[in-house]
Amino acid sequence: MAGPSLIPSGDYRTSYAADTTIFPTKTSRNAAILGIVLICFAPQLLSAYALSVLIQIGIFAIAALGLNILVGFTGQISIGHAAFFLFGAFTSAYISNNFPIPVFFAIPLAGVATALVGLVFGVPAARLKGLYLVIATLAAQYILLDFFSRADWFSGGSVPASANPFSIFGYALRGDRQYFYVVLAYLLVSYLLVTNLMRTRDGRALVAIRDHYLSAEIMGINLTKYRTLSFGLAAFFAGIAGALYAHYQLVVSNEGFGIERSILFLAMVIIGGTGSIMGTLMGTAFVVLLPESMEWISAGLKGSAIDKALSLNNNITFLREIAIGLIIISFLMFEPDGLAHRWRQIKTYWKLYPFSH
Amino acid sequence: MNLQFLIQLLVNGLVVGTLYGVVAMSFVLIYKATQVVNFAQGELLLIGAWVCWALLTKYQVPFWVGMPLTLVFMFVFGIAIQIVILRPMIGEPIISVIMVTIGLSTVFQAVLKWIFGVNPQPFPPVFTSQSIHFLGLQIQTVYVMSLVVSVAMMIGMAWFFRASKYGLAMRATAFDQQVAQSLGISVKNVFAMAWAISAAVSAVAGVVVAVVNGVSSGLSAYGIKVFPAAILGGLDSIGGAVLGGIIIGLLENIAQYIDSEYLHWGNLYEIAPFYVLIIVLMIKPYGLFGTKDIERV
Repeated sequence: MAGPSLIPSGDYRTSYAADTTIFPTKTSRNAAILGIVLICFAPQLLSAYALSVLIQIGIFAIAALGLNILVGFTGQISIGHAAFFLFGAFTSAYISNNFPIPVFFAIPLAGVATALVGLVFGVPAARLKGLYLVIATLAAQYILLDFFSRADWFSGGSVPASANPFSIFGYALRGDRQYFYVVLAYLLVSYLLVTNLMRTRDGRALVAIRDHYLSAEIMGINLTKYRTLSFGLAAFFAGIAGALYAHYQLVVSNEGFGIERSILFLAMVIIGGTGSIMGTLMGTAFVVLLPESMEWISAGLKGSAIDKALSLNNNITFLREIAIGLIIISFLMFEPDGLAHRWRQIKTYWKLYPFSH
Repeated sequence: MNLQFLIQLLVNGLVVGTLYGVVAMSFVLIYKATQVVNFAQGELLLIGAWVCWALLTKYQVPFWVGMPLTLVFMFVFGIAIQIVILRPMIGEPIISVIMVTIGLSTVFQAVLKWIFGVNPQPFPPVFTSQSIHFLGLQIQTVYVMSLVVSVAMMIGMAWFFRASKYGLAMRATAFDQQVAQSLGISVKNVFAMAWAISAAVSAVAGVVVAVVNGVSSGLSAYGIKVFPAAILGGLDSIGGAVLGGIIIGLLENIAQYIDSEYLHWGNLYEIAPFYVLIIVLMIKPYGLFGTKDIERV
C-alpha cells in the first residue's frame, strides 16, 4: 500500500491514537467538513438532471462500499452484488407496504434481511479458501433473480413492486431535492461506520486475512468467522443501498439487475481502488458518469465522420459495455490501486511543488 | 408418467451434458495449468461459433474448410489473449486475475453484439438428413454428431495428457511450476498452449451448439453452466469436469421433466444447476474428484 510512504515530511506520530485517526491532518479534516457543507447546497444550485446523477452516485457508492469491504479488505469477490442490492430493494418495499413500519426503519431492516440471505449463500463458501465465494455468489445471482421473477407475493413477479416514499416523523420527503439529503445522510453514516470499522480489531483482522490468510490464522484470527462477517457486511450495505434505491424510484423491478450490474459494482471498486474507502466514492462517480459522458460525447459528435464510421446512435450501448470492460482490464493491469492512488500522487506532487524531486 | 417425453429429455440431457462436459474440460484445463478462473469461457465458445458462422455464410466456405479455419483462428486467439492480457497478470493476486477475465467477458460480449448484431442467426445446415430413428426414438442427426464430436474430443484430450510431450509438460506445470521450470519446461509456452487448446476446444463446442440451436449471444450461458459442472466434478479434475457436465445436463432435463409434469413452476430448467452448486458447496466442496487442499507451513 502506498499510503504512509507518500506523506512527505516525516512521520511524527507517537501514539496509537495518532496512528489511527480518520484524517491524517487538520487541513484534510476541515476540507472534508467544508466539502460536506458545500454539497448540502447542491439541491438549491444544481439542475434536476445533475441532482439525479448525484443521488445515483450516492446510492451506488453505498453498495460499492459494501463490496469494497469484501474485495478490498478481505480479498474475496462477489459477483452477486446486484442481486443482493435488488433483494434489499424488494424487502424494504415489502416491509413498508405490508407492516406498519415507517420507511425510515424499513431501510435498515432490509439491510439486515439482505445480510441474512447473503449468509445463506456465503457461509458454505466462506469455509473454503480461494475462489469458492465467487462461484457461490454467481449462483446467488441467478437463484435470487429467478426467485424475484416468480415470487408474486414478495416482488410482484412480472409486475414491478411499488415502494412508499420516504417519510420521517410523518413528514414525507418527496422529490429529488428532498431525497438528496436522505441519501447524503445514509452515505455519510455508512462511510463513517466503515472507516471506523477499519480502525478496530475486526477491521485489522480482515486486512490480515487479505494479506496472508495463513499468517492471520496463526495469529489467532478465526478465518471462517471473519470471512463470513465481511460477506455479511457486504450484503448488508448492498441491502441498504437497494432499499434507498427502491424508495427513490418508488417502483422496483428485476430489469437491469443481471450479472452485468454486478460487474459494474466490481468495476466501481476496482476503478476507485480496492481497499480505499474514499476511492470507492471516486470509482462510483467514475462508473456512473462514464455512460453519461459517453452520451454527451456522442451527442456532440452527431453527424461527424466518427459518428458515421461507428454509427454511434445504434451502438452506444455496446460501446459503453466495451468501455467498461476495457477500463476494468486496464485499471487492473496498469493502475491496480485505482483512482485513490492517482489522487494521492497528485496530492503529493502539489504538496512539494515546486520541489517535487 | 410420460415415458416417451422422459426418454427424449434424458437423451437431450446426455447430449447437452457432454457438451457441458467439453466446455467444463477446457475451463478446468486453464484452471489447472495456469490457476486462472476463466469467466470468459462462454465467450470463447461464442467467438468460435460466430467466426465459423461468418466463414460459412458471409464467405460461403464449405463446412470442412470453415471448421479447421475456425480452429486455427481460435488457437491463435487463445495464445494472443494469454500473451496480451493474462501474461502481465502473472504474480498478481488471484482476485485481480479473476476480475480481468470478467472484464474480458464483458468486452467480448459487447464486441460480438456490435459486430454481429443482437438477433440470433440460423446456422447453415451441415447435414442433409434431419433426423434418424433409433429404438423408436427420433434423434436429430446433429445430436448424434454432437455426441460423437464431444466423445472424440474427450478421448483426444485424454491421449494428449497421457502420451504427448506437451501434455506431460502441462501436467508437470500444473503439479509444481517451479519444479517444472527447473526441468526445462517453458512455463510461458505451457500457459499459452493451455489457453490455445482451451479456446479451440470451446470453439468446437460452440460450433456444435450453433449447428443445433443457431448462433446468439445466449450461447455464452454455457460458460456459466461450467461452474456447477466443474464444482461438482472438482475444480482441478478434468475427468471430473466431464462427469460433472454430463450430470448437470441430465439433471437440467430431469428438472425440466419434473417441472412440466408435476410442479409447473416454470424456468426450473435454468436454475436447478445453481441449487445443485450451492448444495455441493455445502456438503462436498471439493467435488467428486477434486484434490482437497492440505497445507503445510
